[in-house]
Amino acid sequence: MTTLDSSKEIQKNNSEVNETHEDFRMFGLITFLIADGMTFAGFFAAYLTYKAVNPLPDGAIYELELPIPTLNTILLLVSSATFHKAGKALLKDKNSDSQKWLFFTAFLGIIFLICQLFEYFHLPFGLTDNLFASTFYALTGFHGLHVTLGTLMILIIAWQSRMNGGRLTSQNMFPLEAVELYWHFVDGIWVVLFIILYLL
Amino acid sequence: MTISIDPQKTNNESLQPKGWLRYFSFSLDHKVIGIQYLVCGFLFYLIGGTLASAIRIELASPMSDFMPRDVYNQVLTLHGTIMIFLWIVPVVNGAFGNYLIPFYVGARDMAFPRLNAVAFWLIPPSGLMLVASYFVEGAAQAGWTAYPPLSITTPQSGQIIWILSVLLLGGSSIFGGINFIATIIKLRRPGLKLMQLPMYCWAMLGTSLLVVLSTPVLAGTLILLSFDIIANTGFFNPVLGGNVVVYQHLFWFYSHPAVYIMVLPAFGLVSEILPVHARKPLFGYTTMVFSIMGIVVLGLVVWAHHMFTSGTPPWMRLFFTIATAFIAVPTGIKFFNWVATLWGGKISINSAMLFSCGFIINFVFGGITGVALAQVPFDIHVHDTYFVVAHFHYIVYGGTVFIIFSSIYHWFPKVTGKMLNEKLGILHFIITFIGFNLCFAPQHWLGLNGMPRRVAEYDPQFQFVNQISSLGALLMAISTIPFLINVFLSVRNGKNAGDNPWNALTPEWLTSSPPPVENWEGEAPLVEEPYGYGKEISEQK
Repeated sequence: MTTLDSSKEIQKNNSEVNETHEDFRMFGLITFLIADGMTFAGFFAAYLTYKAVNPLPDGAIYELELPIPTLNTILLLVSSATFHKAGKALLKDKNSDSQKWLFFTAFLGIIFLICQLFEYFHLPFGLTDNLFASTFYALTGFHGLHVTLGTLMILIIAWQSRMNGGRLTSQNMFPLEAVELYWHFVDGIWVVLFIILYLL
Repeated sequence: MTISIDPQKTNNESLQPKGWLRYFSFSLDHKVIGIQYLVCGFLFYLIGGTLASAIRIELASPMSDFMPRDVYNQVLTLHGTIMIFLWIVPVVNGAFGNYLIPFYVGARDMAFPRLNAVAFWLIPPSGLMLVASYFVEGAAQAGWTAYPPLSITTPQSGQIIWILSVLLLGGSSIFGGINFIATIIKLRRPGLKLMQLPMYCWAMLGTSLLVVLSTPVLAGTLILLSFDIIANTGFFNPVLGGNVVVYQHLFWFYSHPAVYIMVLPAFGLVSEILPVHARKPLFGYTTMVFSIMGIVVLGLVVWAHHMFTSGTPPWMRLFFTIATAFIAVPTGIKFFNWVATLWGGKISINSAMLFSCGFIINFVFGGITGVALAQVPFDIHVHDTYFVVAHFHYIVYGGTVFIIFSSIYHWFPKVTGKMLNEKLGILHFIITFIGFNLCFAPQHWLGLNGMPRRVAEYDPQFQFVNQISSLGALLMAISTIPFLINVFLSVRNGKNAGDNPWNALTPEWLTSSPPPVENWEGEAPLVEEPYGYGKEISEQK
């Protein structure tokens, strides 16, 4: 119980009082990722509906080449593992190891984007050719935007973890954990996208 | 893991402007943000109301003589968009939610104060952009639904600005929703159980779930639509092999839940107001909670009842009719709970109570026409007629806007420390109630007789009833005058309210009026029975 006097004391020294509460930034991020996932869900639903009810004109049915997207799937899955390694290393206070793993993850992300662009330039259709083409570019493009943002964020936290004096330490894991969750989410979306768009 | 909160950092008191200037700053105080939402929303309400008046003036005569037809289309599009995205959604969620939820969960602020301020400051620029689009090349003309192919074929710049504006407002809404969910679930004061929360918390939890699950789908849809307009893709353009019905499905997947995003918080607010002014506990707390969650779940699976004339297959019509009819069950439970709360209560007839009772009457009427509209044969008969216009205005105006006014009368003493003038308040209620019913009740008849909505001209046989409706709109416009006078007079020299003028038990009344920056001096009180009215009297006996 606080007495009247001590509550005045609190009032006076308001700036010195430190209350603590649970960290729920992760909870907020998960909520946001659910929302983001719903955007993808909308796109997937649109794509599948088109596939079911809007027959494409002759010459608009393509056999998509599988090697590049398969490579991309492997790249992203490996990058999820390397990101996890980075977190493990940071937890053991091996900051420079963690930084190396982060840079390697970002490198895999960049390779993914380059492969994606390479695929774009070699596809037999453009954005406005037909409904399938438009949906293909919208879905992969929206996902590619997520990978781009993720790669940038990985580079930022890798920069923050630079050896001693960096902001990213085993006491302040949140930036790494947040970006890691986001990265796993983007990977998960890719797997769904790969199955629906390329394999189905 | 825990984080420490340093008030100096979170609220930056020394750097924040004092007095009225803080309402124009990037303030992190949830109470300031709440008022920012409310005042900003009300200004847009005045703009949207002016547009509504223009519509009713045009419709006072059968020919389009007040404004050209395309201007009429722009006016009705702006009216709908402004009223939904800039008045009702921000005010009933953002304004009251930000102001009340931290009190109700016993917190000093929202879970993410900075995100909160960002969410608010997205609104004024996007609103101004939307209004300004009228002066560029003409505003959007495709209605608030922006159905293609209409939205693809009308002038582009207005439609693109409309899309951008709605995307920003949707983002604001999602940020707000994330914040509310985190605050209600994670930031509760230790010892406060979920089932002890005031009903508005439950309403906001349900609303925020809908916001987080459905708004992103609208965002994705509008991005595809903007591709159709700018990049010449064919997602929704039948000429290029696209499918307009897919747009409708995706749009209504957001926009039907949007109805609940607009009306669920009002359910919560009325559940706070009625017990206080009837001096009785809220009837059926648990059933209220389950009804809200039931509405949330059902609200996500009924969207296609807006599309019965869009070539929907029979199984879809059957499913969506039944699902929609089911929503009447939880809604009916809530209605009877409110009536039972009033039953045998010691009712004070004041402005807050009158507006709440007005809400119950209007809402049950709008609800009945809603169930009627869910039936396919009837819906096909009145689809896109004034019957629909009457129905949804009974929900959003007769329902939600009545509750917004009721809440302003109820919480004004808390926010300002001054009472509002009751005589002016009751005058405001009488004019609003008569004006509203005079304006919208005749539109049921117009719709049943086949007058189409969204058209500037109509068959001369409908002129007399339209003029009655316009007279009602005039009364509604006049009704804002006593309200504005009341607010300005009361802020300056209203009667002092004291900390708890209504003798209410919910936590926001257990602090000073207006509340201090971090809500409580000392620890937050633990309110285990927010509706324990009437107990002290029986104990005295």
